[in-house]
Amino acid sequence: MKFSGLRVLKEGLTGNKGWTPHWRDPAPKAEYDAVIIGGGGHGLSTAYYLAKNHGMTNIAVLEKGYIGSGNIGRNTTIVRANYFLPGNSEFYSHSLKLWEGLEQDLNYNVMHSQRGMINLFHSDGQRDAFVRRGNAMINQGDDAILLDREGVRKHLPYLDFENTRFPIYGGLLHPRGGTARHDAVAWGYARGADQRGVDLLQNCEVTGIDIENGAVRGVQTTRGAIRAKKVGIVVAGRSGQVAAMAGMRLPIESHILQAFVTEGLKPCIDHVVTFGMGHFYISQSDKGGLVFGGDLDFYASYASRGNLPTAEHVMEASMTLMPMIGKAKLLRSWGGIMDMTPDGSPIIDKTDTQGFFIDCGWCYGGFKAVPASGYAFAHLMATGQHHETASAFRLDRFRTGRGILDEEGTGSQHNLH
Amino acid sequence: MRLTCPMCGARDRREFYYQGDAVACARPARDADIPAWDDYLHLRDNPAGVRRELWHHEAGCGSWLVVERDTTTHEVHSVALVEAPA
Repeated sequence: MKFSGLRVLKEGLTGNKGWTPHWRDPAPKAEYDAVIIGGGGHGLSTAYYLAKNHGMTNIAVLEKGYIGSGNIGRNTTIVRANYFLPGNSEFYSHSLKLWEGLEQDLNYNVMHSQRGMINLFHSDGQRDAFVRRGNAMINQGDDAILLDREGVRKHLPYLDFENTRFPIYGGLLHPRGGTARHDAVAWGYARGADQRGVDLLQNCEVTGIDIENGAVRGVQTTRGAIRAKKVGIVVAGRSGQVAAMAGMRLPIESHILQAFVTEGLKPCIDHVVTFGMGHFYISQSDKGGLVFGGDLDFYASYASRGNLPTAEHVMEASMTLMPMIGKAKLLRSWGGIMDMTPDGSPIIDKTDTQGFFIDCGWCYGGFKAVPASGYAFAHLMATGQHHETASAFRLDRFRTGRGILDEEGTGSQHNLH
Repeated sequence: MRLTCPMCGARDRREFYYQGDAVACARPARDADIPAWDDYLHLRDNPAGVRRELWHHEAGCGSWLVVERDTTTHEVHSVALVEAPA
């Protein structure tokens, strides 16, 4: 089934009877060439690119719940390429380029909206840091425009420009930044992978990893044993538990990150706006809800719910930045499980077990990375070589101290990012 | 979430700073090998369940505390003062 304007028109006129399921519901085979553990954004895009770029179609994605039931199903949907450090810059730049062609590539409307992102700054020192960041982005081939106070006022007239604690000095505009529809990304990749022959196995929880003589042989699941010579873990906040099945410990601690959505409102926020000094960022979904969030709750948690101090802090920051938000009613909030690394950057690497690969450590920034992460992880799993855009995301960088990717410059230690 | 500090009693989470896994209390010897330091600094069991953590009552008495807490429910099982190294 192919989507097109004509098809939508035809189905609309004929009672929408011609739509078919997006993917099959196959029974697990006894053996695959490769299995991906985790049917979230990164796992599905890995499967898609394994099939599309490397011709590996005898593969399966194992998902313990349903497709897209983890962080890809609940996030703040921001897509950007404004990283600074070599190692990160080229990766996120590649990801944004993939985003820009994604809807054509997948034949699926992921509602990618390049509405522009504005990072606000409030002091001369912060302005210098953003000039430097903007130059790094331009050097990478992406876009960045420095706005002064009046420039920000033109775009964001609703901010409190009279705030004495955090006066708005200006902002860094990233015009190609924006948002996308998170569920559609999962569904588009799932459909694309399925169309190429990938088996998407839902309600299939991995309970064990079979390893013999230092090489992976397959996995045990709630739907039976599955043999595979290549296994990739892409399970975000649950990385620690799945790695433990293979006898591995990871440089990861799982933390909770909250986000909030208001009732649907008429269009009022046209950009993604970040207020770093208040640990606050916001955008408006196409449905009208204001989608915003803040920093971690800052203690290890798998509870999938946040605590009040951080919720209050986020609300206070929102009122500080844009008092108009006080008129909106909060509809819901949620907490996602984030796989935090010591330096705040991800891991895409082999492990000491042959055929066993890992893609994790996306911290609270995994959504924008979905296309490039899958692209690079598929390349690694298929060829055994790191993709050129993701060669810095090594698992051993913490042990050796070489190639630490501390984008924030706050140190490489658990609880600092 | 509230923690019951042995010195101060039950206090709001806001008074405490979370340092991380209580492995931080077991600093390797000065001449320990690289894997020992990697274990101490980076590698974590990261369990979904009960774990031992190090917290600091920074807005209270300033004590360092070992907290046994369930990461799936946020239930606190015990809070004790960190013992001075022998």
